[in-house]
Amino acid sequence: MAAPLTLLLVVAVTIRAALYRSSLAEVIAERVEVVSPITAWKRVIEGLALLDLGVSPYSGDVFHETPLVIYLFHFLVDYAEITFMLADVISAIALYLAVKEYNKQVVRKKQKFALEADRYPQDCLELIRSPKEMLYIPLKVAMFYLLNPFTILSCVAKSTCGLNNAVISLFILTTIKGNALLSAVFLCLATYQSIYPLTLCAPAMLYLMQRQYIPVNYRRASFWWFVVQYLFMYLGSLFVLICLSFFLLGSWDYLPSVYGFILSVPDLTPNIGLFWYFFAEMFEHFRLFFLCVFQINVFFYTVPLSIKLKDHPVFLMFMQLAVISIFKSYPTVGDIALYMALLPVWSHLHRFLRNIFLVSCVLLACSVLFPVLWHLWIYAGSANSNFYYAITLLFNVAQILLVSDYFYAFLRREHHLIHGLYLKKKDGSEATLVLK
Amino acid sequence: MGLLSDPNRRRALISLLTRLNAPICGMPVDWLVKTMQARGLEVFTQRFSRTLPFPDENNERYIVEGTNVYGILRAPRAPRTEALVLSAPCSPGDDNNQAVGLLLGLAHYFRNQVFWAKDIIFLVNEHDLIGMQAWLEGYHHTNTTGMDWSPLQGRGGSIQAALSLELSSDVVTSLDIVLEGLNGQLPNLDLANLFYAFCQKIGVLCTIQGRIQRNDWDSVSGYSHAVQTMMLMVMKQASGRSWGDHGLFLRYHIEAATIKGINSFRQYKTDATTVGRLLEGMYRKLNNLLERLHQSYFFYLMPSLSHFVSIGYYMPAFGLLAVILLLRALDLWVQLATPPSRNEDGVADIEQSSTGVLSVLTPLVISHLTGAALYMLPVRFQEMAVEHFQVSETEAVVLTAIAVYTGGLALPHNTHRLISGEGTEQGWRVLKLVAVLYLAVLLGCTALINFSLGFILALTLVPVASFVTPHVPKLLSAVVLVILSPAFTLLFSVFIFQELQEMPVSFQDGWMLYLSVISQGILDHYLYGSLVYPLIALMVYPCWLLFWNILFWK
Repeated sequence: MAAPLTLLLVVAVTIRAALYRSSLAEVIAERVEVVSPITAWKRVIEGLALLDLGVSPYSGDVFHETPLVIYLFHFLVDYAEITFMLADVISAIALYLAVKEYNKQVVRKKQKFALEADRYPQDCLELIRSPKEMLYIPLKVAMFYLLNPFTILSCVAKSTCGLNNAVISLFILTTIKGNALLSAVFLCLATYQSIYPLTLCAPAMLYLMQRQYIPVNYRRASFWWFVVQYLFMYLGSLFVLICLSFFLLGSWDYLPSVYGFILSVPDLTPNIGLFWYFFAEMFEHFRLFFLCVFQINVFFYTVPLSIKLKDHPVFLMFMQLAVISIFKSYPTVGDIALYMALLPVWSHLHRFLRNIFLVSCVLLACSVLFPVLWHLWIYAGSANSNFYYAITLLFNVAQILLVSDYFYAFLRREHHLIHGLYLKKKDGSEATLVLK
Repeated sequence: MGLLSDPNRRRALISLLTRLNAPICGMPVDWLVKTMQARGLEVFTQRFSRTLPFPDENNERYIVEGTNVYGILRAPRAPRTEALVLSAPCSPGDDNNQAVGLLLGLAHYFRNQVFWAKDIIFLVNEHDLIGMQAWLEGYHHTNTTGMDWSPLQGRGGSIQAALSLELSSDVVTSLDIVLEGLNGQLPNLDLANLFYAFCQKIGVLCTIQGRIQRNDWDSVSGYSHAVQTMMLMVMKQASGRSWGDHGLFLRYHIEAATIKGINSFRQYKTDATTVGRLLEGMYRKLNNLLERLHQSYFFYLMPSLSHFVSIGYYMPAFGLLAVILLLRALDLWVQLATPPSRNEDGVADIEQSSTGVLSVLTPLVISHLTGAALYMLPVRFQEMAVEHFQVSETEAVVLTAIAVYTGGLALPHNTHRLISGEGTEQGWRVLKLVAVLYLAVLLGCTALINFSLGFILALTLVPVASFVTPHVPKLLSAVVLVILSPAFTLLFSVFIFQELQEMPVSFQDGWMLYLSVISQGILDHYLYGSLVYPLIALMVYPCWLLFWNILFWK
């Protein structure tokens, strides 16, 4: 599998290098769908300039990335393009290896269950995948990530979202490989960059417990002991990182600039998220209430999803990544590219998906309509923000429909695995499954 | 009290007009500067030069150079934050001399009024649109089209509205308003309503598209007259050209229109004084604006000056055409998902297996490469073409474009040799699904930006796109497909446009007009950034080629 992967990497790097050299790079770097106030490269340059002058980069409310990023680019600003291309390559390889490892475990579990073949009803054999079908899935995942136009746009715009994606991909890799310490470290790095990957703690812990055969039962001591261990590693690394950032820059003012900015959403530049329009037209005295509602919305889905999917932590991780990408305060297309790259892992669910055609058409149409309506609003003056927000809403609704469709398909497949594929009612006639 | 009630001023205006009647070579820059200064304006000039990508038919040269002259009348008591523009293009010869004379007369009159709250800029631009583009770019400090201009020494505030005057004879029987701007952008309907209201008040005959409106809406002939007027507007908007100097203002959020004086040998004639009073009235109204014109529609079609069709009425027509494509896509999806003999890898959605995607990728890539060739080759290789063939540069460009377009028709027979054996039933369905969705999204985006262009393309491409399969009779469908292709649509539009303007042309003249339309389209793209030519070459033509590929699928 190394040869196709290498070929894919070469093609991806070529496309990105070609785009860097063309005149499209400046145009793309200013698109609001691709960069947000947190991830824009222009702001990183501004922060570096302030740092060179000896002033704190967070003065002036321009720069909102973490101190580690600014120190990274302090040394690497001349090689910025290579850094971002390398970040994409690392994400792709990490996802490739992670999915390969995950497939191995799926096969092992299925093979184990195939030995106790009476566990599954006979007609479900077609639902169980064979290793041969799953051979190309890791390559497809890498391809979906590297050749996705969203990722390419994000890389060419030099958005720091590429670095976030690389860290999250490494987190996924180390979790699936079973290394709890590294998983906690990478998760802490991801949380340090933007707060929302905090919710990925739950799937990580569930997966590691499953791998170490610790039963997920809150009455057992081993469960709590593992949770405490993981949280200790996680919070310890986070504490170390925060103190390190303090010592790097010598002051605490990065805390309100980075985390305060993410949580309190002061900048209402239009983007593909849901926050900006609401908060642009909200009265001041309701702002705090709605802010809390919107932010809790991102974190809240962890609880019911974890309870329902506690036996399938990798799918839970996928759902969490999707929820974060849709509901975070400043989403960009780079975030979407990450969870879409994981879609080939669930390609066996296609037969149960109900809305895939509609969702694909709407996502495609909205992606094309974003720049058109932006032009009509800002340049031609014939439209207004309502048009742009309509497309944003439609885009997010389509994403939510996609995610919930996959969820439905997953649950239905599990149901069929337990109860049989062709369901019969008590009198023997064919039954249909209805989701209530 | 109105313009020129003072006999002295009337005499001054008449002397100006008579003076300008004498033919002058080029633009009389020094005389204009002196005259404007004598009227108390702050006068500045701007030099510009532009290298044309290929010589236009009218100017058989590569480099266009000129000077714009403009005078700013400062508002006596207001801060200088906003401005209005009155412009008259000055071409060599006596094409537009009356307009320049009227402009100077108005400048003199406005100078003595105290109620102006905005600066008024009187602009005389050379070489029509090129000069106007240079002035606007200099005013707004942008450089989008690669023109060379000297920076503007004097500025007013942000421009709120602009009017451009075109008067070619002393005697005017009606005034025509031209609204269509670059890329089909239209000014706010309030500006057209303003013009119409003032024409009614002063008693001047006003027209749109050069046609007078009729009052008998119920009769068939009255209705068809209105439909023809509207069709003229649709065609003008679809061409993406700026049909007056005002068209370039619209990009900068400045509402602008062109007022043309027409001499059609009627009995009742209007003189310059009345036109001046009309313009003075319009400018006083614009002077009182507290915010930019945005209350009325930006998207409309006008069957007459007193009626308009808003976007809420005409967009559903387009929407229904687009729905045809979506239903066809859904039908193809269902066909692809349900045949009995398949394995899991064959499910044809967008994230499908690599064999399905690869078979679609080859025709897509080849079609787009042909489109890119159509976009780049005509201008790049004009020198080579001129060396080898005895044609002028303009003809070389146009004929290369037509040659590449026709060359693309030969493709499907060669494409299949590249794809290794994927000429199955499922293959063309996947390609058609992708092509139909691509066409739907493309037409939707085009209709949002330039409705007329999107609608005309939809009318000709949607029926064909829905019906073409490899199984329809090949020769008949090939002929229909070619006749409804973008190039032929343009040819028919040229003939229909001439018919509607009551100047029908013979086939020879029509063909020459068609060639000049193509060259003008390419020139517009390079000079002002018109999007019609890249859209058709890079997106519509490859999409049409995909359907041509499907027809000849083996």
